[in-house]
Amino acid sequence: MSIDVAVFGVMFVVVLGSSIAMLFARNAVHVALFLVVTQIGLAVAFLLEGAYFIAAIQIIVYAGAIMVLFLFVIMLLGVDRREALNEPLRGQRPLAVGLAALLAAEVLYVAYKGSDLITTGGGSQALQDLNADPGNVKALARVVFSRYLLPFEVTSILLVVAVVGVMVLARQMSAISPVSARSGSSVADKEEAA
Amino acid sequence: MPLDIPAVRLTGIAPEIALCATALLLLVIDAVLGERRNRWYLPALASIGLGLSIYFATEAWGTTRLELSGMVAVDGFASFVKITLAVFGLLTVWLGRDFLVRERAEEGEFYGLVLFAVAGMMLMAGAADLIVVFLALETFSLALYVLVGFRRRSLLSQESSMKYFLLGSFSTAFFLLGIAFVYGAVGSTNLYGGEDGPGIVSSFMATGASDVGLLILAMGLLIVGLGFKVAAVPFHMWTPDAYQGAPSPVTGFMAAGSKIAGFAALLRLLDVTLYPLREDWRPLVIGVAVLTMVVGSVLAVVQEDVKRLLAYSSIAHAGFVFTGLIAANDRGVSGSLFYLATYGITVLGAFAVVAVLSGRDDEKVTLRDYRGLFYDRPLLAGALTLFLLSLAGVPVTSGFVAKLVVFGAAIQEGYWWLAVVGMVTSAIAAFFYLKVLVVMYMQEKETEDAERVRSGPLSTGVIGLAALATIVLGLYWGPLIDVAERATLFFAGG
Amino acid sequence: MSGLIDAIGPAVIIALVKVLVTFVMLLGITLLVVWAERKIIADMQSRVGPNRWGPFGLLQTLADGIKLFFKEDFRPRTADRWTYAIAPIATMVPAFLAFAVVPFGNEVTIAGHPINFIVSDLNIGILYFLAMGSLGVYGIVLAGWASGSKYPLLGAIRSSAQLISYEIALGLSLVPIALVAHSLSTLDIVGAQAGTIRNVTFFDGIPVLEQVANIFRYVPNWYIWSQWPAFAIFLVAGIAETNRPPFDLPEAETELVQGFSTEYGGIRFAMFYLGEYIHVVVISAMAVTLFFGGWSGPGFDFLPWLWPLFWFFFKTALFVYLFVWLRATLPRLRYDRLMWLGWKRLIPAALLWIMVTAVVNTEGVSRNVRLGVFAALFLLVLAVVLRGDPRLKEAVTPQRRRTQGRLSRGAA
Repeated sequence: MSIDVAVFGVMFVVVLGSSIAMLFARNAVHVALFLVVTQIGLAVAFLLEGAYFIAAIQIIVYAGAIMVLFLFVIMLLGVDRREALNEPLRGQRPLAVGLAALLAAEVLYVAYKGSDLITTGGGSQALQDLNADPGNVKALARVVFSRYLLPFEVTSILLVVAVVGVMVLARQMSAISPVSARSGSSVADKEEAA
Repeated sequence: MPLDIPAVRLTGIAPEIALCATALLLLVIDAVLGERRNRWYLPALASIGLGLSIYFATEAWGTTRLELSGMVAVDGFASFVKITLAVFGLLTVWLGRDFLVRERAEEGEFYGLVLFAVAGMMLMAGAADLIVVFLALETFSLALYVLVGFRRRSLLSQESSMKYFLLGSFSTAFFLLGIAFVYGAVGSTNLYGGEDGPGIVSSFMATGASDVGLLILAMGLLIVGLGFKVAAVPFHMWTPDAYQGAPSPVTGFMAAGSKIAGFAALLRLLDVTLYPLREDWRPLVIGVAVLTMVVGSVLAVVQEDVKRLLAYSSIAHAGFVFTGLIAANDRGVSGSLFYLATYGITVLGAFAVVAVLSGRDDEKVTLRDYRGLFYDRPLLAGALTLFLLSLAGVPVTSGFVAKLVVFGAAIQEGYWWLAVVGMVTSAIAAFFYLKVLVVMYMQEKETEDAERVRSGPLSTGVIGLAALATIVLGLYWGPLIDVAERATLFFAGG
Repeated sequence: MSGLIDAIGPAVIIALVKVLVTFVMLLGITLLVVWAERKIIADMQSRVGPNRWGPFGLLQTLADGIKLFFKEDFRPRTADRWTYAIAPIATMVPAFLAFAVVPFGNEVTIAGHPINFIVSDLNIGILYFLAMGSLGVYGIVLAGWASGSKYPLLGAIRSSAQLISYEIALGLSLVPIALVAHSLSTLDIVGAQAGTIRNVTFFDGIPVLEQVANIFRYVPNWYIWSQWPAFAIFLVAGIAETNRPPFDLPEAETELVQGFSTEYGGIRFAMFYLGEYIHVVVISAMAVTLFFGGWSGPGFDFLPWLWPLFWFFFKTALFVYLFVWLRATLPRLRYDRLMWLGWKRLIPAALLWIMVTAVVNTEGVSRNVRLGVFAALFLLVLAVVLRGDPRLKEAVTPQRRRTQGRLSRGAA
């Protein structure tokens, strides 16, 4: 048994176990933690595939930034209690089960079809060749900055729009007093007031 | 080893670049100059940016090629849609200026977001790869989510922004899943394909017809995502709420711009790329079209709020455009373009009137507020009458010609019964447009306005222009249809 | 024995030995660093410091560790059981893991196998370092939340905001290094800094300066010379990442009673302590690796493998000394000043420097342009320094007067 298989086995158990545990955890913080474990496990999966860059980004962006913000919000808003479970839509549970089954069937179908594609299209072999020369990071950079140049740049515009939008929605309407606007320390003011 | 940088030609995205650059400049200028009483320079700058983008779009007219590694198509179709969108953007900026001044909420971000939204919509029209379509979709959707919630003092506005955002994210998730499935089915996301890699259909043909099920599934998901943006039934749930809560100028912009952008992507996807598979997608789209026409028209009848009424009317109109899309011939495509352009101008005019009449805080929008409007403000009532008649498809207005063209295209392809459904639902729709007219002309005004909002010079200009366009295009439709037809000539591209 | 080695494969054995050696080495270093910190601070404060156990009190830390190990293991009643237990481990593990990409010696050959003094030479070395740094947040955040008490929670919320903010600046400060080194691998980056600066042709043909420029033949080719703005940002953000003074807001004894670790004691507290010091060592080692040539330095024929190790640990020790020095010198930043510094100064500066580096590094840009860019930058920096940013001064000077004003306004 090679080390790869052993690592894959551990990763598989960890990812599956923590995502199932995530569904049944009752505490919001625990849910977030299980999600973090899942993300890290997925990063290991990427490592096994030889996709080093994606693995690092998976940890930095998802496990390191997004999930920390989740935790931040959960802790700041104190929603770590169980929500009251009155459901306005009747019959949504059986419906959800049905749709989930449908989705699972879809995923299985795609996975089944996908294995054909990988064997014919040479997915993992192509990746291994790229990793050997010119290397994972460089190969990725080459694609992003040549073929996918436009999508890459449009993404930056998309992010600018998101930032401007958040600024508009989060700004208090005419509540910006001259003092705090100048010194830029409204956060500290609020903390002290509280 | 040096990087092979592909030839970067920017004809295709010059209009978008102009808009984004103007938007960024505008935001910086607004931040630098700070809060001044009269910020006339903001709408002026935005207008210059939109004017520039019209210039660049006309420059590209006549070329037909793929640019930026096959990510963008430069063709007449894209140019037509881009020019139309820029015109919508201009009208929105002018309307928005009056609205913001009235609400004392003039902020540079409004113009910036409108420009970004127009840029995103333009990119939809030119996108030749599903990834670009997705990014463009997200760009203009994000801008619109914020614009809908721009009246931050109003809970209604916040609520509709939230609803629109949640449902919108949901629909983009469908679209993204669709892209993933397309890639899974054929190994490409490019609509045309070329020297940089195979396109969807050519890879599909190469892999053999065994995977058609997956491709159909993917197509369905893509239609869900785009159908949401054009407000097609059953993905229309957000429309009335978002239209009602959004500031009226934004509502007009959403109705006009989001529809033409969504249909531009749908037309390129279905009528060009997936044209060989038309027998596979037609049943699905026909179902959506019929549902959209019927549900939109019938539910509009019971609305008491003018903005909601126009929202359902916009749903119904999406159904009419679908008939042109289903026809999938040159006439269908050019007819859809003509329809979307004229509908957009008319609906912007209608919402301009609503914006003026709804008064401070955008409140007076129920049918009761329109009682006896003709005797109070005859010119506004007259303009609204014209727009509503055009939306209903009464002859001598542009709406009539538009309906004629798309139904004609459907009949040409043998879908005469679809045209019949369209005509019947148009008749139902005429009922609720007439209801508004009855209220305006034949009922007494209940109370006097405490404060009467004057139409600003820009609003008046927009209403006048829109009214003029509605009449002129209803009488001399020839030139615009010619242009739309020429736009489709080199539409198929690669 | 040799049968076993053949069965598992020498590569696996080498990897395991490397991991073990590095782990033990880091533990030993921590003992020394804690002792050194107490001694140095004591010296700066005119005290003696630990002097009872071992020569110069060297064994003091060991004694403390043993004491903490045998202390009663307690858990507050309101604590969240598992999270409370996991948090110290979650602090310690990423700190250890981050050291995996630090090359601390030149290649040597043992029993026919070439061995690098690095646990793993990943081609994404810098990203891996950043990834481990970003995971380091969890320990503190979870500890604060799981303690079920308000000061730790405040500390945790502060730290999550602080660490995320400074992670961005930290990551951006490393982009120029990747740009000039054409690689993300730490081994490549150290390799690119080998030798001395030779090809200085700026001054060719100018009589006196040409001679003076000869001095560059003896200056090591480190990135610190060309990348000092990146280094400045890296250092500030790195200190913030370790939660050390003046960025120790998550602990903040005076306000938060030791912050996130208030409710911890015994071995669990020791783990936090260990994690923090390992983190200090890692940041120092990364600074040395990325900006000061790593293990490179003059070597001699006598014990050739030793000198790279010596130079690496010597340079790292200097940085650790800097950390201690800062702790003894600077007061803690106020929270909003911390955010201001991170978001409004470090991140824009880092972005600007990335642009400058990209422009200067472009092939085909003439030397005049490069000089122009550098000159403009120099002028800009000079202007900023001369003008003096009052807020920057405020951020690092005692705030007695200001605090009073603020309090009176808050009361009104």
